[in-house]
Amino acid sequence: MAADKHIGPEGTQAGCHRRGARARRVACVDIALAVALAALLLASLSIGTVATSPAEVVRILAEGPSGATANQVIWQIRLPRALEALLLGGALSMSGLLLQTFFDNPIADPFVLGISSGARLAVAALIIAVLGGTQVLSPAMSVGAALAGSLASMLVVLAIARRVRTRSMLIIAGVMVGYICSAATNFLVAFADDQSIVNLENWSQGSFSGAAWPDVAAIAVAVVATSAAVFALSKPLGAYQLGEDFARSVGIDVRRLRLAIVLASSVLTAAVTAFAGPVSFVGIAAPHLARLACGTSRPLLAIPACFLTGAVFCCGCDLIARTLFSPVELAVSSVTAVFGAPVVIALMLRRRGYR
Amino acid sequence: MSGDAPVLALRGLAVGHGARALVSNIDLEIAPGELVALIGPNGSGKTTILRTVAGQLAPLSGSIELAGRDLAGMPPHERARSLASLFTTRPRTDLITARDVVDAGRYPFTGRLGTLQPDDEARVRDAMEATGTWALRNRDFAHMSDGQRQRALIARALVQEPRVLLLDEPTSYLDIRSQVEMLALLRRHARARRVAVVATLHDIGLALRAADRLACIRDGRMCAVGAPGEVLTRADTAELYGIDGSLFNPAFGSVELPRVTGDPRVFVIAGAGTGADTMRALQRAAVPFAAGVLAEHDVDAEIARSLAVETVCYADFTSAADGDLARARAILNRCEAVIATPPAFPGTAGRNAELVDHARTQGIPVYASASAYLAARSEAPSDPTV
Repeated sequence: MAADKHIGPEGTQAGCHRRGARARRVACVDIALAVALAALLLASLSIGTVATSPAEVVRILAEGPSGATANQVIWQIRLPRALEALLLGGALSMSGLLLQTFFDNPIADPFVLGISSGARLAVAALIIAVLGGTQVLSPAMSVGAALAGSLASMLVVLAIARRVRTRSMLIIAGVMVGYICSAATNFLVAFADDQSIVNLENWSQGSFSGAAWPDVAAIAVAVVATSAAVFALSKPLGAYQLGEDFARSVGIDVRRLRLAIVLASSVLTAAVTAFAGPVSFVGIAAPHLARLACGTSRPLLAIPACFLTGAVFCCGCDLIARTLFSPVELAVSSVTAVFGAPVVIALMLRRRGYR
Repeated sequence: MSGDAPVLALRGLAVGHGARALVSNIDLEIAPGELVALIGPNGSGKTTILRTVAGQLAPLSGSIELAGRDLAGMPPHERARSLASLFTTRPRTDLITARDVVDAGRYPFTGRLGTLQPDDEARVRDAMEATGTWALRNRDFAHMSDGQRQRALIARALVQEPRVLLLDEPTSYLDIRSQVEMLALLRRHARARRVAVVATLHDIGLALRAADRLACIRDGRMCAVGAPGEVLTRADTAELYGIDGSLFNPAFGSVELPRVTGDPRVFVIAGAGTGADTMRALQRAAVPFAAGVLAEHDVDAEIARSLAVETVCYADFTSAADGDLARARAILNRCEAVIATPPAFPGTAGRNAELVDHARTQGIPVYASASAYLAARSEAPSDPTV
């Protein structure tokens, strides 16, 4: 390699060319995802027991909420639900991306690591033990409880992660934490009074049904703010991806960054679990599909696509859950598992080095 | 080395992972443009010193000054603009190109989102060309060989444009050509950009060639600092690593495998480097041997001093005296074979011809190489008496 000290303009351009090509590819992916998302939203608003044509949906959206039945169906039932699925899908994907970066583990996500189960346990405990059968659960309360639960199980997983050396051991430990939390939740349910159980069942079907505007508003604030914060962290996240040693050597306060990752992923997980219960595999599948589509895992480029992929994934799965056996509605988690689990298996097969 | 103020100064530094110091009382000043190698046995604390200077471990006592400022009070992002480090832990990446990795070295100089400016791009290209990784720039880092990755990581440390560069085993994973090129590059870089380089090196041969000064770490202290020739004497190297001093050759910076002891069974008549292969082959075959008569600092004499049970030498630039020849004959008479590696014995080596004649008159077989001797020995019926 002869060291060519003179960097001509053509050299720099050739260097930029490839970079430009990658930026264009990522932009194309983002646009395609946004188009797919818009199409899915329109489909979600059109399809249902009261069929509405897409043109009609657009007209109703344009005229704003009113008292007409079709208008009520779109504005009060389908739109909040679709937006909730969109936001929560994005949140799950971001949370998965953060946890994968944090643990340097490609199949980490809040569901696998037991963090969503912890959040669910906390919300169940709140409904049964504190509220009893009389009080109603407010969105802020359920998010708060879910956040406390996800942080608590995150701490347990972190304590385990300090001791285990292999990546698969961490996952096994997380799955165990998840089982323990689920068992504790079931235990609580067994001793709960009937009204609490009704409350609990309404809440934790693992679905987006029953979404209401106050919920959507709470979710939007939590998810949009946290995702923006994560995007702003893409520079240190990119350095952290290259190893802790390196991150420190370029002046990153690694402890603060790790704290920020833990908080952000817990808030995102809590937002999802507080309203939709534990949703499986989106957090693993969506970030990976996004990175593969973009051809890069640089956070700056991959984060927007990750959010969009999660949103598309969840909107699509919710649409399927709602319509496949209509009027019977499936739990969204079972649909995400059908599409998400094969991605995880493919990932483990692709990386023969996974241990 | 020069009159410059030191860019890095360690004063009474003690380092360690817990409360107990692994190495203490380290005093070292490094000038801009100087390359200092830390050498010493495994576990002596070389890497711990680097980690402490890099700010990854807190000093247990003492201080570190970077360009006259105490490192302890320096904010990390400011330190990152003057000090780059590379350790041996390798990142596991996925869908990250070699250039992404090198780009990351510009971290302390880029804006909020870390986007590179044309000026940054040019520096990245410079460093990748210098390390021979520009052609690999769009390859996935995870799919590169260990050596290619190491070169990309060194490029990353270079684009950080530090005043002090800390490298833990920079030549690990590299083939010999890359090792030599990398050290030559680091030397050039240090000199041209006035960068102080501190590297740990296991290969003392490379250390004594590449470093301006060596710092030896052993038994919890920095036991010697100085020019390679002063520090890596036979005795000091033997003590530093706990090896038999005669195995180390300061002129070459190389180490031979342990000598085969016992009564010599073969007498090697060598000279001018013709005997190197033969002596090493005998060592591998576990045959104790003697060598002679050699000019004291003939290449073969250097190797014989490490490998032969006995070596008969004469003063450089003279020829063997009668006494030397008598000693050689006495040893030779006890041997089962003679291996004479030079095709002829011109000039000052002439008296070796007398030794060959002596062997023939004694009926001792004379071979031209170790392989001929070993082949003949394996054909002959084994004779337990020799």
